[in-house]
Amino acid sequence: MSTVLFDAPGPRARRRHRLIAGVSSLLLLAAAYWVYTTFREEGLLTSTVVNDTFQNSNVTFLLEGFVSTLKAAALAIVGSVVFGAVFAIGRLSDHRVLRWPSTIVVEFFRAVPLVLLILGIWYGYKETIGTLMSLVLALTLYNGSVLAEVYRAGINAVPKGQSEASYALGMRKGQVMRMILMPQAVKFMLPAIISQCVIILKDTSLGFIILYPEVVRGAKQVANFVDDGTLLTFGTVAAVFILINYSMSKLAEYLERRLARRGERPIDMKAIESGLGQGAMSGGGGV
Amino acid sequence: MQVLIDNFGQILDGFAKTLWLLLFSGTIAAVLGTILVAMRVSPVAILRFAGTSYINVFRNTPLLLILLIIAFAAPDLGFTYEINNYFNFFFMAATVGLGLYAAAFVCEALRSGINSIPLGQAEAARSIGMTFAQSMRSVILPQAARAVIPPLASTYIALAKNTSVALAIGVTEASFIMKKLNAENAVARWQIFFGFAFGYMVIVAFIASAGALAERSGAKTR
Repeated sequence: MSTVLFDAPGPRARRRHRLIAGVSSLLLLAAAYWVYTTFREEGLLTSTVVNDTFQNSNVTFLLEGFVSTLKAAALAIVGSVVFGAVFAIGRLSDHRVLRWPSTIVVEFFRAVPLVLLILGIWYGYKETIGTLMSLVLALTLYNGSVLAEVYRAGINAVPKGQSEASYALGMRKGQVMRMILMPQAVKFMLPAIISQCVIILKDTSLGFIILYPEVVRGAKQVANFVDDGTLLTFGTVAAVFILINYSMSKLAEYLERRLARRGERPIDMKAIESGLGQGAMSGGGGV
Repeated sequence: MQVLIDNFGQILDGFAKTLWLLLFSGTIAAVLGTILVAMRVSPVAILRFAGTSYINVFRNTPLLLILLIIAFAAPDLGFTYEINNYFNFFFMAATVGLGLYAAAFVCEALRSGINSIPLGQAEAARSIGMTFAQSMRSVILPQAARAVIPPLASTYIALAKNTSVALAIGVTEASFIMKKLNAENAVARWQIFFGFAFGYMVIVAFIASAGALAERSGAKTR
């Protein structure tokens, strides 16, 4: 494998690499063994703990929590995709009346911690819209604003000649956006949108702080009941999250690679988030 | 405004704790992230595998879950470390959790910086007779450092905002104080919300400007 960081290894370097590989495998094995023995000594993996944790009522309870998580995440994903589209178009508008408010909204919700949004909306509206919708609204405002930036970057990534040619053909602004820019922009944006879905699913767990009965809240309750079952319960829930999110991340990576193979660049999420990287502070670092 | 003025001392204390969280966990993330990226780009397959596994586990787990595991499962394993009453066990748990979580993102930010340098740069440096160390010092690393700044800045901005999750395990940082004030003064909730939002924006703006400054001063040496 060739990289900027080291030359192709010769016989001596290869021997050294084998030595490092041997030593580090031993270290990793030792660490794994240490974790295992600690768990054993503290009695966290006995059959009693496992049976108590995974008794039927607990499993059902966790599954119900997981359904609530997926419900909130699904609503928030739909909401964010729509919210993002509306405000991206607002920010791309030629009219100052639309552009400025959209910019302020998007920049504000990206700069505020999600926890603050969730708490603010919940305290403000829990009686009128309920806990689930408070969570969904907060997730939508935050992630929708991030997606608005993704869309905007995607539409800007379409070569300028495309819209110029369409205007030359006599198309209207709406037609150019709908028929020319958007279909082409989607492929640039798709990896970033999927990554954002992973973030939404992860952030749904913050419903915990407003007592929404999602899976992490459920796990906490199960852990309170089972002696020494905290690690096993939380660990199981974490494993489920990792499984789902890892597959989604892999899908996003695959789409990104496919784009790169065609010599096109997907939207760079990191540059969007910090507002740096284009050599300008126009993004204001999410302020 | 009155609520914010009356409780100004408390609010400041909250943000002080937020900044302590950011400082401690940011340091952990920087150190661990550097180790991880060294593993991920190393020529040794087992180290690459270990680094990648770490990233996949921590990047795909909700931060809240990581904090809860450390705060409530670590005592079961016999870890109950605390410095004093201010930096108590839950503060330490939040710091470690945030650090472990952010390290995964720091690693990816550093890696994307290294990957952004075309192989031709290293080949050109070697072919004009630079030693490996020279090519590293004067060609590869300066360019990597510049490329790393934007993603690193956004990682730290995200970390600053993520410190607010620590309220779930009872760390009395800014968002915890906001929750408390909200419970006490229901009428003034929007003033409270915007007051705290402003506080976080100041922190975020500070990190962003530091990033922009670093980026600009780096550009001069090009």
